[in-house]
Amino acid sequence: MKGTLRRRAGSIALIIGFFAFWQFACAAFGIKDIVLPEPSQIIVTLFDRLPAIWPHAVQTLYATLIGFGLGIFFGVLIGVLIGSSRLAYDTAYPLLVGFSTIPKVAVVPIFVLWFGAGTVPAVLTAMILCIFPIVVNVATGLATTEPELEDVMRALKASRLDILLNVGLPRAMPYFFASLKVAITQAFVGTVIAETVASNRGIGNLIMIASSNFDVPLVFAGLLILAVLGVALYVIFSFIEARVTGWTRRTDEFALG
Amino acid sequence: MMHAPLAATASMDEPALEPFVQLQDVTHTYGRLSRTVTALDKTNLKIEQGNFVALVGPSGCGKSTILKLITGLISASSGAVLVAGREIGAEPVRVGMAFQNPTMLPWLNLRDNVMLPLKIVPPFRQEYRRKRKREYRDRVEALLAQVGLAGFSDKFPWQLSGGMLQRASLCRALIHEPQLLMLDEPFGALDQFTREELWGVMQNLWLSRKPTVVLVTHDLKEAAYLANRICVMQARPGRIIDDNEVPFPRPRTVAMTYEPGFVSLTQRLRELIVAASPSQEVAP
Repeated sequence: MKGTLRRRAGSIALIIGFFAFWQFACAAFGIKDIVLPEPSQIIVTLFDRLPAIWPHAVQTLYATLIGFGLGIFFGVLIGVLIGSSRLAYDTAYPLLVGFSTIPKVAVVPIFVLWFGAGTVPAVLTAMILCIFPIVVNVATGLATTEPELEDVMRALKASRLDILLNVGLPRAMPYFFASLKVAITQAFVGTVIAETVASNRGIGNLIMIASSNFDVPLVFAGLLILAVLGVALYVIFSFIEARVTGWTRRTDEFALG
Repeated sequence: MMHAPLAATASMDEPALEPFVQLQDVTHTYGRLSRTVTALDKTNLKIEQGNFVALVGPSGCGKSTILKLITGLISASSGAVLVAGREIGAEPVRVGMAFQNPTMLPWLNLRDNVMLPLKIVPPFRQEYRRKRKREYRDRVEALLAQVGLAGFSDKFPWQLSGGMLQRASLCRALIHEPQLLMLDEPFGALDQFTREELWGVMQNLWLSRKPTVVLVTHDLKEAAYLANRICVMQARPGRIIDDNEVPFPRPRTVAMTYEPGFVSLTQRLRELIVAASPSQEVAP
């Protein structure tokens, strides 16, 4: 308990220290607003113009969560298909790696071409960015199930579906949740990329417009919003992960329910 | 728990029946083309219902292969494996299996681990949702208590010792009242004292439920303590070379394993196995 407290205090001190140093450096070296605004100024901008920023933040969050949801759905589906058979795993993996290596910015114009500018390309970009880590992790979790565990089930004449539901998926859960933490941040990246390229709403669009107006404090306010949203979602999924897959860490908290 | 006449072996208990498990000229090879290994060669074996048979022999003699064949985990290259008079898979015979590794699912507590077969195996699975909170739960608790694990059902596997996990593994193998119990060196990874204790546990479980048991083991004392009948196998190719009843009365005790009759039996088995082992191979 004491260890956790110390670690938390350490992280908080580091975060505060980082912003304090930033503030101090801007003042000490006389860095101009247009290059790097002071944190205090960013926060003031954020609060002053919150009514204008807020709809954009909501739009970005909305597109991200829908993309993320679709990513989970298709990611788990594809991951289960690939992971539950050795043949599928070996066959599909090269194609999957191929898709994953394409820089996702490059596909945004295609989505715009197909669906027009707006929310749809943002959702789709978020989805394809977050789908890969989910597929790979779920497939790996399933494919690495210990044969002994499967033998236990097969001796009971369990069907493949029984084995998947009772052994495969629970075993893949830690992998799945680990991937969600990566996937949610990737989904944000996807949304913002699409918004900067082709949208008239969202934080990505806000940042593009602000930077073309040399409104640098607003650019940073947008970044701050993104960081806060990203961290918040990361924390939520870490919490769910700890509740669901505590058995991997063998914590007594999990054992106590 | 006084079902069985104490001084009788199973062969005297019951009238001569159609054998429950039957291997007819079973050959099984692993590998392909020129790199095949014959694990089992034209083997015949009959096991009566309710009997307790141990398979012993040098490593690589196909003991585990026989278990897997009877369970249906693998199918024979040639010959027939009959359980309850039918080809394997034709009739759903309830099988329980325990391995050297307890293979508990780490995300379930002991109760849910032991209850797993009830969730999978008919006819229990049809009523699983309705009965798991009361009837099945009580059943699991009772069985856990019988092997000395009362009060541990809320624990997770990592919180228990190897011996306790192996007890739980036996419970999981028996909870769905299998007609056939397959034990693949279940006590192999335990220390001497835990092992001897679990022999007693296993004997009591068998005496109270009388499933047909096939035990694969390296431990001759274990085979002689637990089984009604011991089959000695040779390796490469795997064959049964000796098949004998174990005459000692039940319930057997660890003290009995030091009596002259018992010692001479294990000694005779030992000599058979040494003679059957592939000669000390010298690398060419």
